[in-house]
Amino acid sequence: MAGGDGESNTTMSLDRSTPADLSPDDLVEMYRQMVLCRTLDERLWMLNRQGKAAIVASAQGHEAGQIGSVRALRVGSDHFYTNYRDLAVLLSLGMTPREVLLSFLAKDGERMSGARQFPLHGAYPELGAINLSNVVGTQIPQAVGAALAAKMRGEDTVVIVYFGDGASSTGDCHEAMNFAGIHRLPVIFFCENNGYAISVPRKLQMAVDSVASRAQGYGMPGIVVDGCNITAVYEATSEAARRARSGLGPSLVEAMVERYLPHTSDDDDRRYRAAEEIEEARKRDPLKILKERLEEVGALSETTDQQFHADAKSQVDDATQFAESAPYPSVDGFYDHVYATGLRSGQSP
Amino acid sequence: MREELARDERVFVIGEDVGRRGGVFLATDGFIDEFGEDRIIDTPLAESSIAGIALGAAMNGMRPICEIQFADFIWPTFNQLLGEAARARYGTEGKISVPLVARTPYGGGVRGGLYHSQSVEAFFSHSPGLKVVAPATPYDAKGLLKSAVRDDDPVIFLEHKRTYRLVRGEVPDEEYTVPLGEAEVKIKGEHISVITYGLMVHHCIEAARSLAGEGISAEVVDLRTLAPMDRGTVVSSVKKTGKALIVHEDTKTGGVGGEVSAVIAEEAFDYLDGPVVRLAGPDVPAMPFSPPLEAKFMLDTDKIAEAIRKLADY
Repeated sequence: MAGGDGESNTTMSLDRSTPADLSPDDLVEMYRQMVLCRTLDERLWMLNRQGKAAIVASAQGHEAGQIGSVRALRVGSDHFYTNYRDLAVLLSLGMTPREVLLSFLAKDGERMSGARQFPLHGAYPELGAINLSNVVGTQIPQAVGAALAAKMRGEDTVVIVYFGDGASSTGDCHEAMNFAGIHRLPVIFFCENNGYAISVPRKLQMAVDSVASRAQGYGMPGIVVDGCNITAVYEATSEAARRARSGLGPSLVEAMVERYLPHTSDDDDRRYRAAEEIEEARKRDPLKILKERLEEVGALSETTDQQFHADAKSQVDDATQFAESAPYPSVDGFYDHVYATGLRSGQSP
Repeated sequence: MREELARDERVFVIGEDVGRRGGVFLATDGFIDEFGEDRIIDTPLAESSIAGIALGAAMNGMRPICEIQFADFIWPTFNQLLGEAARARYGTEGKISVPLVARTPYGGGVRGGLYHSQSVEAFFSHSPGLKVVAPATPYDAKGLLKSAVRDDDPVIFLEHKRTYRLVRGEVPDEEYTVPLGEAEVKIKGEHISVITYGLMVHHCIEAARSLAGEGISAEVVDLRTLAPMDRGTVVSSVKKTGKALIVHEDTKTGGVGGEVSAVIAEEAFDYLDGPVVRLAGPDVPAMPFSPPLEAKFMLDTDKIAEAIRKLADY
C-alpha cells in the first residue's frame, strides 16, 4: 500500500530527497545492510522449509523502515524495544549473521536468551535491544517505563519501540501512548504497518485510515511515512528523536511497509491474500527502490551491487555452517535465572 | 516505604491516587510533599500500563513500587506481571533484572462485595520468577516491604485490607528487615500445626490461645512469603506435631493450601497422625456484599477453633 504522504518516491533523486546529514556513502552502506538482511532472511525461510529453523517471522518488505529508523538514533545509548519481525533492526544495531543463525537454530551461545526463547527474543544489552516476549503490544508500556526512567535520571536517552499494526489495537498500546503523552516522555512509537494482523486486514482492524491519526488523541504528533523509502523513514525518525531529546515528548511514526511472506513460517497466507496483491506489493520492494535511486545518481555501480550480494551470501553461508555445526545448549543450566540469587523453582530458600 | 524512598533515589511510587490523595488507604499519605511529583506518580486509570511502565523502569535501573488500588483490579496487570515480569530474568538468561514491587490491598470482611474483597494470591503464587508476600503483622509488613523493595526480583506484596485497621502492633523506628522466603512460627505448640498467612494469622492465634484451656497445644505457622514457599519451616513443624490444618480466606480449590498440603504429603507423610485438612473460603466466585452472606464466606476464630478441635481429636 502506498505511503500516506502521497509522494512518489521511486523517481526521486538523491539531490532532492536525501537528508542533509546522510551522504551517498551512508546510503550505500544502508543499502548493503538491506542486501545482507534480505539474503539472511531468505536463508532463514529456507532453513525453516528444511526443518532446521522451527519458526521464522520474515522481515522481507520491512527492511527500509527498520534500518532507516535505527540510523536516526544513537546506537549504544538509545534503547530499542523490538518486535518479533525486526531482523533488520538487530542487524543494523550490530548483531552478526552468526549470532542470528545461532538464534534461529536455537544453538549454544545464542545471545539474547540462551536459546530459551523464539529467535531474536530476550535481551542484547550491549546493543540496547530488548524484546521480552512475542505477546503483541506488551513491549509498548515497557518502553514507556524505560523512557520514564531515562527522564527521571536526566539522561539524554531516546527509547524507540517497534510494533505492528496488529499491536496498535491492544489496550497496552493505548495506555502507554496516553501516559507518554501526559509526561512528555522521550519515546518514539514506531508502527510498522504492513496492513495485516496475521490474516486480519487493516479495514477490520481500525475504522480510520491510519494508526498515526490517533496520535492527536495523545497530544503528540503522528506522521505517516512511506516505509519502503529509507530516507523518508530516516527523516521522520530523526525529527521524532530531536523532539524527544529536546524534552518535547513522544511521537508516533507509522511506516507503511509491505509483508511479502506469510505472517510466520507456520502461516499460509494463500487462505486470505491474493497472489496479485503480493505481486503488486513487490513493486514497492525497498531494496529495489533504494538501488534505483543510488544508481540514478551514480552512487552504486552494478559491480558494487554484485559484490554486496556476493559478500552477503558468503557471510550467510559462513553463519549457516557455523550455526549448523554448533551444539545445542546444555541442560545443565536449565534451572538457572529463575530468581536473582539462590532460590530456584520448587526449592526452599 | 517512606524510609526506602529516602534511602534510595531509584525507588519511586506509581499508581492511582497515590499522589495528592495519598492512596485510597493513605499508604502514601504526605509522600508527594516529601518526595515530589516526579517520584510519587499519579497515573490514569489503567492498571496494565501501571505494571508495564513499572516493569520498563525496573529493567532500566529504577526500583518502582507500583500500587494496584484493589487486588480486584489486578487482572489487567496479569500479562505484564506474570506474562512478562516473572519471565524476564529466565527469558533473557539472566541479562535482565526486574526489581519491582506491586503492592495491592486484598481480602474481605470489609463489606467490599464481589469486587473489593478478592484474594488473588493463588494466581500469582503459581508462577516461578515471581515472589508473593502476604504479611500479617505491622512489624512484618515493614520488614518484608523493605526486603521486597531491595530485592532484585518482582514481588507481589499483598496487604489484607482488614489488617489496616483491625491489627495494631509494635513497629520499631529503627532499621530492620524481614527476609523474603521465610515463614515464622508465631505460636509454639505440640499437638497440631496450623499453617496460615495474612489476616487469618490473627484468627488462628486467637483460636490457638482459646484452646489452650482445653489442653490443645496448637502451633501457628505464618507463611509470610507464599512463593517461593518456606517448605522447611512447614515440614519441620508438622514432623513435630503430626497434624496439619491449613487455613486461608481464599477459596479452597486450587488455593495456596493445596500446595502446602502436597508439600506435607511429600515430605512429612511418615510423621502424620491424621489427614491434612484445609479450612478455606467456600468455592463461590467471590465474597458477597450483605452482612450474613459475607459472614458465611469469611472464616473467623470460632470456625478455626472448631476445625483445630476436630483434627486434634482425630
